Amino acid sequence: MRYPLTEEERMIQKTARDFARRELAPVAVEANRTGVFPEGIFRKLGDLGFMGITMPEEYGGVNLGNFCLVLALEEISAVCASTGVTMSVHNSLTNWCILKYGSEKLRKRFLPRLASGEMLGAYAITESEAGSDVAAMRLSAVLKGDEYILNGAKILISTGDKAGAIIVFARTDPHGRTKGISAFVVEPSFPGFSVGKVERKMGLKASTTVELVFEDCRVPAENLLGTEGMGMKIALAGLDGGRIGIAAQSLGIAQAALDEALRFTRERKQFATRIIDFQSTRWKIADMATGIEAARLLMYRAAKLRDAGEPCSKEAAMAKLSASGTANRVVYDALQMHGGVGYTEEFLIERLYRDARVTELYEGTSEIQRFVISREVIDDYERMIPD
Amino acid sequence: MKIIALLKRVPDTEAKILINQEGTGIKDDGIKYVINTYDEYALEEGLRLRDKAGAGSSVTVVCVGPEEATELIRTALAMGADDAVHICDPALDRSDPFATAAVLAKAIRGEGFDIIFCGKQAIDDDMAQTHSILAEMLDIPQVNVAIAFVAAPDAKRATVRRRIEGGDEKVETSLPAIVSCEKGLNEPRYASLPGIMKARKKEIRKETLSDLGFGGRPSEARSSVVRWVPLPKSAGCTMVQAGETRDAVKELVRLLREEAKVL
Repeated sequence: MRYPLTEEERMIQKTARDFARRELAPVAVEANRTGVFPEGIFRKLGDLGFMGITMPEEYGGVNLGNFCLVLALEEISAVCASTGVTMSVHNSLTNWCILKYGSEKLRKRFLPRLASGEMLGAYAITESEAGSDVAAMRLSAVLKGDEYILNGAKILISTGDKAGAIIVFARTDPHGRTKGISAFVVEPSFPGFSVGKVERKMGLKASTTVELVFEDCRVPAENLLGTEGMGMKIALAGLDGGRIGIAAQSLGIAQAALDEALRFTRERKQFATRIIDFQSTRWKIADMATGIEAARLLMYRAAKLRDAGEPCSKEAAMAKLSASGTANRVVYDALQMHGGVGYTEEFLIERLYRDARVTELYEGTSEIQRFVISREVIDDYERMIPD
Repeated sequence: MKIIALLKRVPDTEAKILINQEGTGIKDDGIKYVINTYDEYALEEGLRLRDKAGAGSSVTVVCVGPEEATELIRTALAMGADDAVHICDPALDRSDPFATAAVLAKAIRGEGFDIIFCGKQAIDDDMAQTHSILAEMLDIPQVNVAIAFVAAPDAKRATVRRRIEGGDEKVETSLPAIVSCEKGLNEPRYASLPGIMKARKKEIRKETLSDLGFGGRPSEARSSVVRWVPLPKSAGCTMVQAGETRDAVKELVRLLREEAKVL
């Protein structure tokens, strides 16, 4: 990949790639078949610094930016997209939220253990009646003395049953729609917290996705992030980073699919011709590679803007929309190039095909990304029109 | 303990090697370079020994190589080496093992050392000579193809297990010595992210031939590469087609005699 990376960035990318090939690849096939969560991997990733990439050193992080995070996420996701999503949520949502909105006490309590990989992070927004319509959430948080009492449920929460720190968004004001939401750090040991249904998913089988149930769950008031009513703002700001992370995961899947397609079509012959020598294959390869590189540039830009502290909602949405769409087109074509055998578990493309699908669904569907992008584009345009 | 780890920059094992048109080297474009695999075992063993030996111990990476080797030296520093000497001089391009060893000997003598770890061979030219010549020049013992290494607590002696045909040989050596390392000796660590950040501040001392007191290419050199030639294309396979075995044998003998001219 030709992009002017610094010496350090290349080294970080190489460490991630070597780790993915040597440590992750041997466990990824089995973990994704059986759905067993690869527990040990995250401590190893933590030892290397990958679980606290954007966190300052004083909390055990390495104080690098989102740009380095996406370099690493892409390499990890190319080998195991399940590990990729766990790592992405952990770094760009949980770590970031606690660092940015947590009190010093909360930071000290959680961040070092999150950075070491000893503890995993989760981020709980979605409810059965509140998907894309985040503000429709109903999980309630009522302050009683020095505790908030939470009641309700969250669904489809990545790593929710494995996490030691879950950022939970709840309604502190039943009337204020977006202004009535607040964010909390919930630990699974809190009374009234339980894990409900464990989902059986189409893909990402080596990551877990669960329902979280709150029955008079007692959360210390000091676990509130920011102030009451800031929840919606925190959720959306976190998602800018999360979306850049999912763009990286998508591109890891896409690159792996392209590599698989190249490997397969060079060897497979039909009509006495290598599949790779058919023009129909070559045009697909050109489109796949162009799509991947274009999306990657959008992702790099979004990550650099976020690192510079610039607003990047539109750019993050563009990166995610482009990367997830590309990933789905690339796995589709790559599977087509394999023919019938690609539909069997014998070939990696089968897993990549299933894993790619969710990238257009979570951390905002592609429709939500288009909503975010179009709103900004139209706002910008209207601002230029004289009254 | 002052520990030296030698490092060579070599093409990636997965790289497809093609010889350039002039026959002066390999086609460089698009090739990825890495730390010689066996040198990674050497570095790892050095790092482990340093950590065991405790305060005051250090690992210095010494590399003879082009400007581009800097990134790999930086990787070795990110893995945990303390500092590095990079001997970089165009006159050392495609240097022979004697010349390389002479340069290394000079640089390493200047550094001082208690032990030198290196790979058992470089995976590019596979000569496996430099470390032995270096041992002679420094007049110290050498133990090659190490698969286990233990230094005595006083750091005056070491026990090395080395792989030989049909089994292992246990060798005791006095120190300082050169130990060349084989796969299986250890599992090299990754350059961690904190390691990569720390490597930024570590020193790489650049030396040229004249810095080391050589007036041009070392006179110790005994060979030079005349030309690089690609392997002859394999002629392919001829299937002898005949109905009867008797006829097939006849045809085969005729081919061996008249075409291949080996009978």
